Amino acid sequence: MNRFDVLQVFLSLAVLLVCAPPLGTFMYKVYVGERHLFSWLRPLELVCEKFLGRIAQDEMNWKEYSLAVLFFNAIGILFVFLLQLLQAKLPLNPQGFAAPTWDLSLNTAVSFVTNTNWQAYSGENTLGYLVQMLALAVQNFLSAAVGMSVAIALARGIARKNSQTIGNFWQDTVRGTLYILLPLSILLAVVLAGTGVVQNFSSYPTAQTLESAQQVIPMGPAASQIAIKQLGTNGGGFFNANSAHPFENPSPFSNWLELISILLLPAGIVFTFGEMVKSRRQGWTIFLTMFALLAAGLSISLWAEYSFNPAIGSAAMMEGKELRFGITNSVLWSTFTSAASNGSVNAMHSSLSPIAGGIALFNIMLGEIIFGGLGSGLYGMILFVIMTVFLAGLMVGRTPEYLGKKIEAREIQMVILAILLPSAAILIGAGAAAVLPAGLSSLSSKGPHGLSEILYAYVSAGGNNGSAFAGLNANTVYYNVTLAVVMLLGRFGVIFPVLAIAGNLAAKKYSPPSIGTFTTDNALFVVLLIGVIIIVGGLTFFPALTLGPIVEHFLMLSGKVF
Amino acid sequence: MNQSLFDRKILQRASVDACVKLDPRTLIKNPVMFITMVGALLTTFYLFTGHATGFNIQIAIWLWFTVLFANFSEAIAEGRGKAQADSLRRTRTQSMARFIVNGVESRKNSSDLRKGDVVVCETGDTIPGDGEVIEGVATVDEAAITGESAPVVRESGGDRSAVTGGTKVISDRILIRITNDPGNSFLDRMIHLVEGAKRQKTPNEIALSILLAGLTIIFLLAVATLKFFADYSGHAAGQDLSDIVTVPVLISLLVCLIPTTIGGLLSAIGISGMDRLIQKNVIATSGRAVEAAGDIDVLLLDKTGTITLGNRMATEFIPAPGVSEKELAEKAQLSSMSDETPEGRSIVVLAKDKFQLRGEAADVKDMSFIPFTAQTRMSGVDLRVGNASVQIRKGAFDSVDKWVQTLGGNSSPEVRSAVDRVAKAGGTPLVVSQDAKILGVIYLKDIVKGGIRERFAELRKMGIKTVMITGDNPLTAAAIAAEAGVDDFMAESTPEMKLQRIRDEQAGGHLVAMTGDGTNDAPALAQADVGVAMNTGTQAAREAGNMVDLDSNPTKLIEIVETGKQLLMTRGALTTFSVANDVAKYFAILPALFATLYATSGGNGPLATLNVMGLASPHSAILSAVIFNALVIVALIPLALKGIAYRSLGAAALLRRNLVIYGLGGLVAPFIGIKLIDMLLKMGGLV
Repeated sequence: MNRFDVLQVFLSLAVLLVCAPPLGTFMYKVYVGERHLFSWLRPLELVCEKFLGRIAQDEMNWKEYSLAVLFFNAIGILFVFLLQLLQAKLPLNPQGFAAPTWDLSLNTAVSFVTNTNWQAYSGENTLGYLVQMLALAVQNFLSAAVGMSVAIALARGIARKNSQTIGNFWQDTVRGTLYILLPLSILLAVVLAGTGVVQNFSSYPTAQTLESAQQVIPMGPAASQIAIKQLGTNGGGFFNANSAHPFENPSPFSNWLELISILLLPAGIVFTFGEMVKSRRQGWTIFLTMFALLAAGLSISLWAEYSFNPAIGSAAMMEGKELRFGITNSVLWSTFTSAASNGSVNAMHSSLSPIAGGIALFNIMLGEIIFGGLGSGLYGMILFVIMTVFLAGLMVGRTPEYLGKKIEAREIQMVILAILLPSAAILIGAGAAAVLPAGLSSLSSKGPHGLSEILYAYVSAGGNNGSAFAGLNANTVYYNVTLAVVMLLGRFGVIFPVLAIAGNLAAKKYSPPSIGTFTTDNALFVVLLIGVIIIVGGLTFFPALTLGPIVEHFLMLSGKVF
Repeated sequence: MNQSLFDRKILQRASVDACVKLDPRTLIKNPVMFITMVGALLTTFYLFTGHATGFNIQIAIWLWFTVLFANFSEAIAEGRGKAQADSLRRTRTQSMARFIVNGVESRKNSSDLRKGDVVVCETGDTIPGDGEVIEGVATVDEAAITGESAPVVRESGGDRSAVTGGTKVISDRILIRITNDPGNSFLDRMIHLVEGAKRQKTPNEIALSILLAGLTIIFLLAVATLKFFADYSGHAAGQDLSDIVTVPVLISLLVCLIPTTIGGLLSAIGISGMDRLIQKNVIATSGRAVEAAGDIDVLLLDKTGTITLGNRMATEFIPAPGVSEKELAEKAQLSSMSDETPEGRSIVVLAKDKFQLRGEAADVKDMSFIPFTAQTRMSGVDLRVGNASVQIRKGAFDSVDKWVQTLGGNSSPEVRSAVDRVAKAGGTPLVVSQDAKILGVIYLKDIVKGGIRERFAELRKMGIKTVMITGDNPLTAAAIAAEAGVDDFMAESTPEMKLQRIRDEQAGGHLVAMTGDGTNDAPALAQADVGVAMNTGTQAAREAGNMVDLDSNPTKLIEIVETGKQLLMTRGALTTFSVANDVAKYFAILPALFATLYATSGGNGPLATLNVMGLASPHSAILSAVIFNALVIVALIPLALKGIAYRSLGAAALLRRNLVIYGLGGLVAPFIGIKLIDMLLKMGGLV
């Protein structure tokens, strides 16, 4: 690493540290209805309110809130699914693409609604502009907004006392989209377009290359989709190569902009949580826990990438990486996106060193809680916080409390459910694919690397990340359907337990803290929380990791690659 | 009621019970151990499918031991209760009750008595059932219940009217109204409680069980899918792993990973928590109450008997102008010669100590004592000194002042200020007069119990607020509160105020504990999260609280809170220990499973590098982990029964301490333990 590499790492982390707290405060104001930067958009909210009517105003209990989430997302999946099947008959399809298969359409619909953005299709060869914009881009916004709504509902549940309700889903989602996602995306899209990201409705021109070959150049409204793809922890690229494609990510500057956009909102909402529960220290504690895990993963990955590799006899592995970005930017990106449940890539993760690839895998395996998906990272982390409070809180001789709320059987039940469902889906899915012919036939690599490919696919789906290890041909009926199921469990298997916890905690009374209370906002708690995350989150997948990336790393050291 | 931790008899009985508890219907209540037993069963069946190798047999044996050890820990904890129950049951022998209907006495079997029946007991009789004394006074030997040999007084009316079936009247005669039907008496309930027959899981125990069951399912999935990943890897490497990735080995991995340590000891911890209270002579009506005790953050304490010694003591004579201290002491002593109250006696003692007065002035004749009455609110003595008749009185300032005025006298400002000074200092001023002249003031002091201040400081460190309840006026109350170091006080309090205070504190999210003995305490005892009734108290109070202190020592509330905290801490510490253990077990078993995977030319493959402990062979590594996992349960039984050491530190310091011991210890200990067992196995040639 030269000093420019170090500078880039430092700058990227510094921006996160500096921008996230004020962003969190702004988001807090949005959700509690205080005056903020974009209050002048209020007339638009009123229009939505008028359209939705009473349901957008009444407070909801957790069951009503869950039902609204379910209804909203079911409609979303259906809409995206049908729009794809009908794309041949719809306008704005200059290339005249036919409808994708039913299983691919289903997979894509589920993938975008669950904020996973796993792409079993190749954007420029499969979907027309209308589907890209009306189905995919719209869900990029909405799935991110839903994630935030659930996180905010959980924060309300913790902050309220003796209350039956946790807010209104429609109001939260409208506000999140209108005041946070839209303005920031528009801003970013304009700047990105300025750096050279394409934004047009042209049909694909054909160019003649220097070698006299004919080359089709894909086009489309990319900038607008890429902005929200990064900000909303979506990651579904406009083009198949995602942010490794020069039209999606033309320059080092656009790369840096896209990079910092990945973690900005997921980090900001942590501070929003702190403000909502009336404890900024709590916000900082969670932020620092996430930051420490991020920094640790980044350091290990960079070390692994820059270490001497006996297999190729040099220290820097450039194979599969964009020459324009180099190793540091590729590793920054892979760490940030895998931490953030953002499926975008600017280098193929399959080409990372086994350890760096393993870290990306491990980041997702922990449950996408290192900042994680927008909103979902926060509520996922709170699940681990509750578990930590329960395990360690007993050691001070009191029944555990978090922010004045007693943690009892019901909460633990829901925490276990939310951790169990995605893990179970991932392990069973990957285990079956590793032995069934339908799973094995899609592999391009042999040996442990093939196992990593399978594992990565299911982990990515279960964690709602969406990035792919590449190398796996995921567009088969088997993968499309099983991955869609895993994505659904990874998303709603967490959301509903979380909302149940929110409802339960809201109804509880508040016990004021005393010197005998277990504190959850100091350095010791950060250490504890990391310990629980690594042991509970990590040990679940450690056997699988051993047979994938870990064994591959040792083999690579002895000069064997796959 | 004390016994050593491991009585031989209890150990014998527990060994038998451990096998009885293998009944799946019992074991299913503990999912972690149930899964372990299913694993042991599967491994045993596997032996009969032609795989009865020495290694597999050893694995099967140790898996069974794991379950048995867990059952054993529970059986020991229960056994200690059963032994106590047996000794209690012996006191519940059938006795003939002397049954009274309309004043006519007849005999009736004690087991036929019903609620509302009236019986009579005289010297030597065993009280046939729980009841309320409705007539008479008697001394009763309650050693059967409390273990305390000194007899106690039971009398009708007031707060000492409750008697317990099975205790013995040793003097006098009382009429008792029976308050419980047979089978439902205090003794019966005590027997049930110590036996654990009616033991229900407490809320926190339920939550922890859910967590443990959840972790078990997660690890079950991790191990089950490992089989698939191993198949893939074996296929990819062109190797046959089927001789190492076998059913017993996978089950071993599973049993090592699931939280067997805490899962096995969980119920023992709960039972022994109640047991520890019983050792302290406190009977909790439910485990829930013991758990709640750990959460208490407000203690309501009665001043008298808890914070101060029961009695006020004379500590100073303050003479009025023109009166010598000795004269005041002499007259005060005379007035108190026949005063049998502790205050009166303390005046006599003080006068004797200070001036060697013995109340035997030669020229005093015809002493006639005037007892304290509610009307005069004074006591004293009329006597003749030479020929003159003298009236000496002592009492509260207001009463004596009024009395003196009727005789034409008056109080001096000096006396008034002395009275104020004493009151402000938390004492009770007693004014002494001779005829129309006020001689001075006796300073009666509430003596704060030794060490109580330090106790409250400890409580404060634990985050517990202490509130002193007293009938005294605010001035006096404030002074004593300051001296004792309580956080808050309620002066001139009534039972209603007490109840209201509890409700207020609870509305503010606090958990409140209190002690009480009177019938008027009953509502507050019922409302408090932990209500400790004194055994000397009324039946109503004993029914209302969720704990009964057999020693009737209000200070014990503090020990009760500590026991509750200790219970929760023990659970947390062993859970942390159990989960932290997993790291080492992975490092033992995974390399053992896949040591040869992707080996280029026989020998060890890349994953052998993970064998950081340098364990002798794959078989020895797996067996060592399983044996460690089983033995650690046995090793921790004493800790589970005794509870981990409790110090009254703040939460942060406690956490740091326990984390280092049980968290860090839990990470490191198995590395050492497994390595040691591995070396022993190798030496013994068992693998």
